[in-house]
Amino acid sequence: MEAESEKAWHHDAEPALKLKGISKSFGPVKANVDIDLSVAKGAIHGIVGENGAGKSTLMSILYGFYKADKGEIFIDGKQIEIPDSNTAIAAGIGMVFQHFKLVENFTVLENIILGVESGGLLAPSLDQARKTLAELADEYELQVDPEAKIEDLSVGAQQRLEILKALYRKANILILDEPTGVLTPTEADHLFRILRNLKEQGKSIILITHKLREIMDATDTVSVMRRGEMTDTVATKDTSPEGLAELMVGRKVLLKVDKAPANPGKNILSVRNLNVTDGQGVARLKGIDLDIRAGEILGIAGVADNGQSELLQVLGGMRTAEGTIALNGKEIDLSLGDQGRSRRQIGISHVPEDRHRMGMIMSFSAWENSVFGYHNEPEYSRPLGLANQIAIQNTSRNEFERYDIRPRNIDLTATFFSGGNQQKVVIAREVERNPDLLLIGQPTRGVDIGAIEFIHKQIVKLRDQGKAILLVSVELEEILSLSDRVAVMFEGTISGERVTSETDVNDLGLLMAGMGEATT
Amino acid sequence: MSFELIIQLTDSTIRLTTPLLLACLAGMYSERSGVFDIGLEGKMLAGAFGAAAVAAVTGSAWIGLMAGMGVSVFFAIIHGFAAITLRANQIISGVAVNVLAAGMSAFIGQNWFKMGGQTPQLSGSGRFNEISLPLAETLSGVPVLGAIYSDLISGHNILTYAAFVAVPLSAWVLFKTRYGLRLRAVGENPGAVDTAGISVERQRFSAVLICGVLCGMAGAYLSLGTSAAGFVRDMTAGKGYIALAALIFAKWTPKGALLACMLFGFLEAIGNKYQSITIFDLFVVPVQFMQALPYILTVVILAGFVGKAVPPKSGGVPYIKER
Repeated sequence: MEAESEKAWHHDAEPALKLKGISKSFGPVKANVDIDLSVAKGAIHGIVGENGAGKSTLMSILYGFYKADKGEIFIDGKQIEIPDSNTAIAAGIGMVFQHFKLVENFTVLENIILGVESGGLLAPSLDQARKTLAELADEYELQVDPEAKIEDLSVGAQQRLEILKALYRKANILILDEPTGVLTPTEADHLFRILRNLKEQGKSIILITHKLREIMDATDTVSVMRRGEMTDTVATKDTSPEGLAELMVGRKVLLKVDKAPANPGKNILSVRNLNVTDGQGVARLKGIDLDIRAGEILGIAGVADNGQSELLQVLGGMRTAEGTIALNGKEIDLSLGDQGRSRRQIGISHVPEDRHRMGMIMSFSAWENSVFGYHNEPEYSRPLGLANQIAIQNTSRNEFERYDIRPRNIDLTATFFSGGNQQKVVIAREVERNPDLLLIGQPTRGVDIGAIEFIHKQIVKLRDQGKAILLVSVELEEILSLSDRVAVMFEGTISGERVTSETDVNDLGLLMAGMGEATT
Repeated sequence: MSFELIIQLTDSTIRLTTPLLLACLAGMYSERSGVFDIGLEGKMLAGAFGAAAVAAVTGSAWIGLMAGMGVSVFFAIIHGFAAITLRANQIISGVAVNVLAAGMSAFIGQNWFKMGGQTPQLSGSGRFNEISLPLAETLSGVPVLGAIYSDLISGHNILTYAAFVAVPLSAWVLFKTRYGLRLRAVGENPGAVDTAGISVERQRFSAVLICGVLCGMAGAYLSLGTSAAGFVRDMTAGKGYIALAALIFAKWTPKGALLACMLFGFLEAIGNKYQSITIFDLFVVPVQFMQALPYILTVVILAGFVGKAVPPKSGGVPYIKER
């Protein structure tokens, strides 16, 4: 087995996929510059790179969404053009997008046949798909109930369906874009088992991810992209996470967060029996109890949509709830909504999970975004309800300098900045107001590695100043490297709490799936 | 209530349901594909005018119908071009169609026929006349069933039959055919359709064209198939909006469309039949209220009092490729 895969990625056979000199520009932006890539049959090839490095563009070219300005594509040694997705599918390329392309109120079978129906009527196609699906399920450990509606499937099952869709279309080259972002560790393990299975059947797999550990675990070879260029391709066994990070960013990066042990002080936030029911009458939070002390980072782990967002919204004053929350021993009235401003006044800063919808106003300039939520403070106001633009701009300029936000121009609209720089604007705004408690959701979502390092340092620095920090993240590694204590949320409850130094991915993974605590 | 009265009311309901049903099914195709269409009203009106004008000149209802459908399809193409190709706001584009149709039908009508925006009275082969089904005469003597057959089922024009046949036909197309699968998919998640290698634009455009054809039929029914026997300014009188409300009530299904449109048709029939109702000799319900019933129900439905209706998920949203 070992010897076989060894052989596979030496170039003695025709590679399943070969790119030569692919270039693509959007106006002045060079998204892909002279890309060469070779993926062997029966290999798992990883592609890493920061946001905007050009990975997505390259994959879109392969899937016929864009036409390359220059360059050649070879499948099994034969040169082809890919003008549209149909051609890509016909050439044996299958794509599993980060955001699934499934019709939610259709059944599994209907999703499978969409676009490859055998004729004008559905019944024969459905019968055929049912048969083929059963065969594929046996062959690759890909069980999905064919008659189930998509909205009733777990995220993991939806992803398996996306893989089945590609296999049903006879894909030989499977491209997966950030496949584990929405999965629990257990589901991710299942996915990688499937991928290895596919590889043994001779399929080629391209894995796009920013999780370097997955690259190290799953791939045979890995290519690094930076600023539209393919900077390096190496055998995975010859590299290390640190080495890859350096190739991605172009300089040495600290992957491990450097922090001293916590020195917790008095209790800052206490949450007791917090309950939230949404508009449809579904309980989102069920009896949450939490404490955070000064100089401590409490991480909230969990698969997305298990109540973390609601918790942040209640604490941030954007949602009403039942139960008690006390800050510095003083109780907060939870029956009122729209309290974002009053929360900030009592010392709770909030970096929302969804930067684009709640953290910033994307069409406004950066300096305006630098004070939102605090714009009514006396220092930014003038008589008659006017804004003190000079003071606001000075604050913004100052923050741009100290947080190294680029480009260094506060007049540009927020959309103009990269994800990392946008996030720095928000974090600077919230941290610089010197809160007692910082709520921070998905601090590094859509943020490049270089900025991640900076943001993590800021969070630790704030902790060391004796502030309490509530960190919500779906990235388990981020939780483990930043938090002093971890609480795991599952279906609106805290399924377990751990001291970070006494836990690991497997332990937390069980809690994230709602298992573990029940047995003890 | 006597048997005759029931027959009479039901017959009237069927006649009044016909244009609503055609327009409602038209809206269903468009909205199921993800293109909201507030312009049903305008397309119907333009179709009614086109049909009446051409029928008046040629003396043929069939040529009139073709013209009505053609005019309506023309407006559908405008809406499709704006909403699908240019990714404009679909509500605004629909309103534009309505305003354009109302203004142009009156203006061109006056210019051509000099009758205050009306078209000349149609008669004979310029109209769609009532069709007597076989044996209707003979069977009319049979009690109950005979009356139902000869008075209710027989004696409508071809467009009424077409409208009612369109219901099971649409259900079949929507749920049993490849076209229907893709149509429903493109309204729910155009990204899924696009990545499956199907053109979102073409799929949506086809639905908008079907919508145009059906609206044209609805309009032609008004001007060629009713006692109006010609085009009158603003003759749709909000029927396009009522069809839109019925579509929501119907939860975007053909069967629902039939029931909802018949409810509206029935209310209208009641309004026409009873000019005023006296309750307990105390209170007189005025004629205006009776005639306003369908519109009142429209408001109630649109305000969401009648259950929760989930529209196609990507309805109203132009499709832009993600990357």
